[in-house]
Amino acid sequence: MKLFLPLLITLPLIASLLIAAGANPRRTALVAAFVNLIASIILFAGYDLHAGGWQFVSEVPVIPRLGINLILGADGLTLTMLLLSTLVTFSALWVAPKIEKQEGLYYIALLFISAGVIGAFSSLDILFLYSFHELALIPTFLLIGIWGSGDRQSAAWKATIYLGAGSFVLLIGLLAFYLFSMPPGLRTFDLREINHLASAGLLHPSSWIYLILLIGFGTLVSLFPFHSWAPPAYASAPAPAAMLHAGVLKKFGLYGLIRIVLPFFPDAVQHFSWLLILLLIGNIGYIGYVTVAQKRLDWTVGYSSVMHMGYIFLGLASLNILGFHGAGILMFAHGLSVAAAFALCGEIRQRTGTLDYAELGGLGQVLPVMGILFGFVTMASVGLPGFANFAGEVLVFFGGVVSFDFGIVNLLGFQFPLMIPAIVIGVWGVVISAIYMLRAYRNIFWGPVAERWQSLTDITPTAKYSVILN
Amino acid sequence: MNTLLLEIAVVALGIILLLIESFTNRSDKNFLSYLGAAGLGLILLLSFLPIHGSAEGSASAAFVTSDHLAIFFLRFLLLTTLLVTLMAPSFRPVLERYLPAERAGGGIGEFTILPIFSCAGLMWMVQSIDFIMIFVSLELATITLYVLVTYLRQNQASLEAGTKYLILGALSTGFLIYGITWIFGVTGTTSLPALPSAIVLLPASAYTSLLFGIALILVALSFKIAAFPFQFWVPDVYEGAPTPVTAFLSVASKAAGFVVLIRLLLVLEQIPFLAVKLNEVIILLAALTLIFGNLAAIPQSNLKRLLGYSSIAHAGYLLMGVASLGSILAIPAIGFYFAAYLAMTILAFLVLMIVSENTGGDEISRFNGLSRRSPLLAGALLLSMASLAGIPFTAGFVGKFLIFEVALHQGHYGLVLLGCVTVATGFYYYFKVIRAMYWLQPAEETPLPVSSTVKWLIFILGAAILVLGIYPTPVLAALR
Repeated sequence: MKLFLPLLITLPLIASLLIAAGANPRRTALVAAFVNLIASIILFAGYDLHAGGWQFVSEVPVIPRLGINLILGADGLTLTMLLLSTLVTFSALWVAPKIEKQEGLYYIALLFISAGVIGAFSSLDILFLYSFHELALIPTFLLIGIWGSGDRQSAAWKATIYLGAGSFVLLIGLLAFYLFSMPPGLRTFDLREINHLASAGLLHPSSWIYLILLIGFGTLVSLFPFHSWAPPAYASAPAPAAMLHAGVLKKFGLYGLIRIVLPFFPDAVQHFSWLLILLLIGNIGYIGYVTVAQKRLDWTVGYSSVMHMGYIFLGLASLNILGFHGAGILMFAHGLSVAAAFALCGEIRQRTGTLDYAELGGLGQVLPVMGILFGFVTMASVGLPGFANFAGEVLVFFGGVVSFDFGIVNLLGFQFPLMIPAIVIGVWGVVISAIYMLRAYRNIFWGPVAERWQSLTDITPTAKYSVILN
Repeated sequence: MNTLLLEIAVVALGIILLLIESFTNRSDKNFLSYLGAAGLGLILLLSFLPIHGSAEGSASAAFVTSDHLAIFFLRFLLLTTLLVTLMAPSFRPVLERYLPAERAGGGIGEFTILPIFSCAGLMWMVQSIDFIMIFVSLELATITLYVLVTYLRQNQASLEAGTKYLILGALSTGFLIYGITWIFGVTGTTSLPALPSAIVLLPASAYTSLLFGIALILVALSFKIAAFPFQFWVPDVYEGAPTPVTAFLSVASKAAGFVVLIRLLLVLEQIPFLAVKLNEVIILLAALTLIFGNLAAIPQSNLKRLLGYSSIAHAGYLLMGVASLGSILAIPAIGFYFAAYLAMTILAFLVLMIVSENTGGDEISRFNGLSRRSPLLAGALLLSMASLAGIPFTAGFVGKFLIFEVALHQGHYGLVLLGCVTVATGFYYYFKVIRAMYWLQPAEETPLPVSSTVKWLIFILGAAILVLGIYPTPVLAALR
């Protein structure tokens, strides 16, 4: 079982090499992704719940003097994220349309993103956690730039510069954490060792490092106001790239917050909880209304994915077990539902050539199966009971209510906890998402059928995987 | 084995090759490159034999040292020269176009032999611990480079580059010798190890003269390493010089300059009041170099110039390391950065050379759609650009990481913050090249021919970038 984690990372890379050497791109990529999916399910099933903690650990020293080692291992959260990654990878590769130009490169880029996220989620070394995530940078640039649609060039530039700069901020934060929080001689990048240091009371993190890390991770998760790269990038990216990016890659930032920031910066998190809550209100409230104003489906979904990050942040900001569980479930559920939404976006665009609400309409009559699937995605995204998103959101709200007195700011002499408006806006946000998702549904699938959409064929392959959602 | 034997072997290799060149009847001069590379490879292997320095008190011990720093950079220079020699055969069509055709194949052999002499000079330079020795070895290296930069005699750009390099090189040499004179005049010694004890004995009134001398030497060294504000020769010279020579200039010559700078600073920083002042100067130099190199690289449309500006930017990161010499980890970090820089820069120039020969220019637009004309070349340049930009799992990332780590450790927060901004800037201009290769349409679809030597070089350099990016320990251990 120990070998499964390295296998998960290297398999996509080996598949890329084979494709570069001339193997059939689509078939090779799909086989690799399928094997990965199976392997991650086996891992998930093989995790010993009673023992808990890190399992399947393997270790290779890299720069021992600085405490840098390649350590792979998994716990419950990791395995959930791995399952999400392999699932979304497989479906992203599956829905990829026929590529005319440079098919090999297309699949190589997707496989690299997949290997990067899997590596990031299974690394127990902070530096490798960071490094694996960066593996996605160039593939994203290429995927949006070569095969994107709309204003792809500026979207690709924006995303690359934002993510590049954000991750360098992150790197500096991690370095500062390493140098200034740990006692000399005991410095390490190993998460387990840092945990030991923390429980021995030897860790002295200062709050400025917390702020750097929050900006760094926040940029990657599109925390308000560092979000502006995300919607254009998702709108322009080809569907599989958007699925991987919004569904999985973005969760890396949250994963980092859960793994590194929240456990090791307890004081700073408390002290600055008003800031995080203020920003997440921006994510839910402000971005929610921005989403309502969108006139194209891909932009709606892109903005909605930025907005939903706010809920996950809300779960994290509540700092209790309810909120964390809610955030974890939401990460998984949102990863799947947004991936499905982007997949459907891609399918619709491929058939009609547009995602503009003004031009679409009545597709429900010609594409009934897609209509139903889109309905499911809409309901999941809104968070109706019965969908995992609902469970996550409810837990997040409960968590928030338990910690209602968080984020205290001094307002005209009153001690006013920001958590209360955050919860109120969060609940209102559900209504907002119902508005824009149902509006999208109405505009696309209901109403009179335009003459030119009559000849469209319904989808087949997406149906298979989309069902997994429930 | 004495390290001086290595330099003697290099000079002997150069002379032998020159003799062979003169007396051979073969018109195909490529075998000289392979012979030279083989010889350099052999000398590189010899350097791994047990080495002992010159005996204490002997004549040569006063001038040269063979510490870890020297030995690391001896190998570094030998490797760089070896790679540049192997680039030469592929550069032959350009040489034939721009050399006067009095004699078939005339001047082609010497093109591969001259870098070997320059290498010997630089090897002495990284070993020197005496100002006179530094000066003499620097001259040996630079005079050869003057010839090499202006080698394409019938090409305007090369002549212009050569003239600029000659004039500014001579100027910087003037600064150097003038500075040495002042320091000798004040302290009465030219030996670096003897300098601290001589300075301690100085009356306070002599400090101004001493600082003046040091400042002049710093100016001269800034020319060599292309630090702001003495970087202005770099883009023109890099653009005009023959591509293998540009590669040699930007890697070997810069490395030797940095080693001398490090030696000088290590000595002078033993004196507290100088240490503080010099550190401030170096921090300022690093900051300005970072800003200038990265900002000026943004609008470039010519890849050779872009690489010139990028080499200025990298001098800035290296200066960050030099500013942190107080940490014992600084020298390993700088050494590793150079190892990474060697692999990624030579790889970039190699691809540039092949592409510009086949498309007729160095502009980035010549690289449009390269991924379709030659996936291998495009992939190699992609890897090199990723490493130059500092993307994880490449040597360039580990280099930047180590440098930033020592800089933070030494408390240079401002520099590190600036470094962050410039790295983000770097993403833009390096990705511009990737964009041309992968996003844009090629002017023509014909595949580019790649010789087997070049293929091997690409594989070796690419592997080096990746392996150092994942497992940097061997290089770091060499500088412990």
